[in-house]
Amino acid sequence: MIFMEIGKYYAPETLEEAYNLFVESKDNKIIGGGAWVKISLKRVEKLISLDQLKLDYIQENNAYYEIGAMTNLRSVETNENIKLIYSGILNQAISNIMGVQIRNLATIGGSIMGKFAFSDLIGVLLVMDAKLEFYKLGEISIYEFLDLKKIPEDILLNIKIPKRDSKGYFKKVSKTHLDFSIINIAISKGKNFIIAVGSRPGIAQSAINTANYLNSQTNFTEEILDKACDIAIDELTFGSNLRASKEYRELLVRTYIKRGIRQVIK
Amino acid sequence: MKINLNINGVSKAFLIQENEYLLEVLRRNDYTSVKRGCDNTSCGVCTVLFDGKPIPSCSMLAIRCEGHEITTVEGIEKEAEKLANYFGELGADQCGYCNPSMALTVYSLKKENKHATDEEIKAYLVGNLCRCTGYVAQHQAIKKYLGDES
Ligand SMILES: Cc1cc2nc3c(=O)[nH]c(=O)nc-3n(C[C@H](O)[C@H](O)[C@H](O)COP(=O)(O)OP(=O)(O)OC[C@H]3O[C@@H](n4cnc5c(N)ncnc54)[C@H](O)[C@@H]3O)c2cc1C
Ligand code: FES
Ligand code: FES
Repeated sequence: MIFMEIGKYYAPETLEEAYNLFVESKDNKIIGGGAWVKISLKRVEKLISLDQLKLDYIQENNAYYEIGAMTNLRSVETNENIKLIYSGILNQAISNIMGVQIRNLATIGGSIMGKFAFSDLIGVLLVMDAKLEFYKLGEISIYEFLDLKKIPEDILLNIKIPKRDSKGYFKKVSKTHLDFSIINIAISKGKNFIIAVGSRPGIAQSAINTANYLNSQTNFTEEILDKACDIAIDELTFGSNLRASKEYRELLVRTYIKRGIRQVIK
Repeated sequence: MKINLNINGVSKAFLIQENEYLLEVLRRNDYTSVKRGCDNTSCGVCTVLFDGKPIPSCSMLAIRCEGHEITTVEGIEKEAEKLANYFGELGADQCGYCNPSMALTVYSLKKENKHATDEEIKAYLVGNLCRCTGYVAQHQAIKKYLGDES
């Protein structure tokens, strides 16, 4: 069996130690749950585990829920309080990822820091307006994170989800439950609409013009919904890959953006 | 290097390499009920319980397991036997390669959600592939097992 080669494994007890080890060399890597690291890396000089840093927690205050970066996906999925916000779309999106086994292993931090184009989580975090707290960079929005050209050389500490009275919608379209999304669509509606489309096949993108258009409407007729879909197709970029063609993805987006809007304005 | 595991209720030390996954260590130490399939978290045959929760042992670095509880099917012998009887009754096994991992996942489902609906059973077991049976008889057997109060 061929394993990822590891020069040396470290499980530091302080963030500073973990950070210093990480930035020492480009060949040093952080491990979250390790499910992706295993299949994507051939050799790591120093593998830095965050297991000792107490980043596995879900807590809340008046303003937001805070999820430690080392919290596994299944713990987020089964959290009863998180099920209550945004119509439970975070739980829904996670429950559609592979089986319970990997969800007990993979972490929310690794799911963000991988910046996966196929991610079912990133779109949901966009429409929840999530904030990411890094050890050195401090707090940035998920929008800012996606805008960064390179994944920051930093340790993600936690994810904050603002408590808002918003409804949510999530749809993953895939060939089988175990496959990556052909497309995924997330919508939230509190005071305003926020719409994100992922696996286009590029990483989740926010449909800002579409949301602005919808925010200026009061009556959501079929014509208005059609126009919103036209704007979405126009402002988002779609492509073809082995899973689906650009045209098919556009058709799916039209169908599910409409359904999603209808659901969140109910 | 050495790690200490509580395996099936017994504390044991294992010699490992830093880059070894739990699956490899277990199989090398004769816990061969834990199978290897895809080796990338997709098939579920390498399932073990890690502190009571099902995980893919093929993708958990052994070194991260220091001090944790690991359960293989031998650790849930009585429950596995009950499930196996329902599998036998309903003709739910063929080659048997997926059975130990399936038993561990079903055991964990019973602990989490004894009254799971058909859809909940399917959702919980989606990560346990079986290449022989077509799942229908297994599903029926699992329902009987979940309802078994003995
Ligand atoms: C076979 C397979 C199928 C999958 N299918 C889907 C799917 O359909 N939909 C979906 O959304 N996801 C899918 N995923 C992704 C999965 O849900 C996780 O997002 C992924 O495994 C990463 O989580 P992890 O904890 O394993 O991260 P790791 O593999 O440990 O790390 C991933 C990356 O993040 C970095 N990292 C981890 N934690 C931190 C941190 N706190 N700070 C800084 N950097 C960090 C690592 O260095 C690495 O670069 C799949 C994964 C696999 C292996
Ligand atoms: S061998 Fe681990 S999930 Fe397939
Ligand atoms: S019985 Fe053969 S893989 Fe399931």
